[in-house]
Amino acid sequence: MKAFARAVWVVTRKDLLIETRTREILFTTVFFALACVLVFAFGFVKEGRPMEDVAAGILWIAIAFSGTLALGRAFERERQGETLRALLIAPIDRPALYLGKLLGILILLAAVEILIVPLVALMFQAALFDHALIMVALLVAGTLGFAAVGTLFAAMLVRTRSRDVMLPVLLYPLTVPVIIAGVRGTAALLQQPADLPMARAWLSFLLFFDIVFLTISLWTFEPVMTE
Amino acid sequence: MSLDFNQLRIVDVSRTFGRRRALNKVSLTAGAGTMTALLGHNGAGKSTLLSIAATLLQASSGRVAYGDIDAATGGSALRARIGLLGHDLYLYPELTAGENLEFFAKVYGLDGIARRVAAALERAGLTDRRDDTVAGFSRGMRQKLALERALIHEPRLLLLDEPFTGLDEAARSALRDRLRVAREAGAIIILTTHDTAAIEGLTDATATLVDGRLAA
Repeated sequence: MKAFARAVWVVTRKDLLIETRTREILFTTVFFALACVLVFAFGFVKEGRPMEDVAAGILWIAIAFSGTLALGRAFERERQGETLRALLIAPIDRPALYLGKLLGILILLAAVEILIVPLVALMFQAALFDHALIMVALLVAGTLGFAAVGTLFAAMLVRTRSRDVMLPVLLYPLTVPVIIAGVRGTAALLQQPADLPMARAWLSFLLFFDIVFLTISLWTFEPVMTE
Repeated sequence: MSLDFNQLRIVDVSRTFGRRRALNKVSLTAGAGTMTALLGHNGAGKSTLLSIAATLLQASSGRVAYGDIDAATGGSALRARIGLLGHDLYLYPELTAGENLEFFAKVYGLDGIARRVAAALERAGLTDRRDDTVAGFSRGMRQKLALERALIHEPRLLLLDEPFTGLDEAARSALRDRLRVAREAGAIIILTTHDTAAIEGLTDATATLVDGRLAA
């Protein structure tokens, strides 16, 4: 178990080291997420007053779109030097490789969310921090569900020519439940007064989704990565 | 986790990709301390055979035995005894030479990483470029580093796909010397090449693949 955890961290640390050196994924995803929120702000904020109930949707769309960008780039890096083959021949458990890549993507998406959540709160006058704990739990559970499925698909598609097109085509239908749950849970928190039981119900759904898809991904990663 | 073998046996291995047959009943045996060259034109099946021997690809039929074990039962312990240098060099250009070697040493769960990395850089003649990112290296420097990356865990089976490509004479000579050292240390070396001049006097056996079959 210790060796497994160490292997996960070695892979994550390598991804973070490359990212701190290039800042390629961080800059592109942050820029994309900010642009996304700003464009929606121009559309949905009239005379300084945002339309009702749009903040939750915009927040989760920005997370999903920038997440897709990060997933594609994270594996493109492994494809360019065919380093994925070197990792696959190494004596680390394939699930450790999967979790290492997933953890790296989660850390990057967390950095993106730290910037866009306050921006959405500001632009759409949304009370995202009134119930900060449950909001953070929704973000963590939703991002984990989205990234867990996305990491598996991005790894599967790394050798295909049309991977940039295929990733969203495969990913979005399967992660629609995550996005809906994230949006509905966040919207429940933004109601006046906040509907906390409803927010907790959507959070439970997200946790259930996370457990199911993490289990499936860990189970299928090895056969999926064997040609 | 400890596993070793002293012979690689490829027995009647075939591999198809859709309707195309890349390998057709190929058999090959190589022992410890030997170097075997796989020759053949592009598309003859050399890289496919190396990928199967590296456990990255499954044979459609036939058997690959590493001593008494096969890829399915050997798992990660078997992979720990295999080194692979592909045509792509499996290096991260954003990392330094030292970081690349250190990363792979950690991935292989090795001990004495600092000592191993220093020794590998010394052998590659890259000690003074340790902290330079690989993106700035020439093809020859990358090739030397990649070979040390493939050898850092002292593999029993070393698989090299076109290792002489793009090297000048000095680098080819250094590579030949490094391969001799690995062979003398007991490695089973299988390399593919188009460059028969580069392997003259180096290999113990040659096998030529023609359209996925071993030529007589």
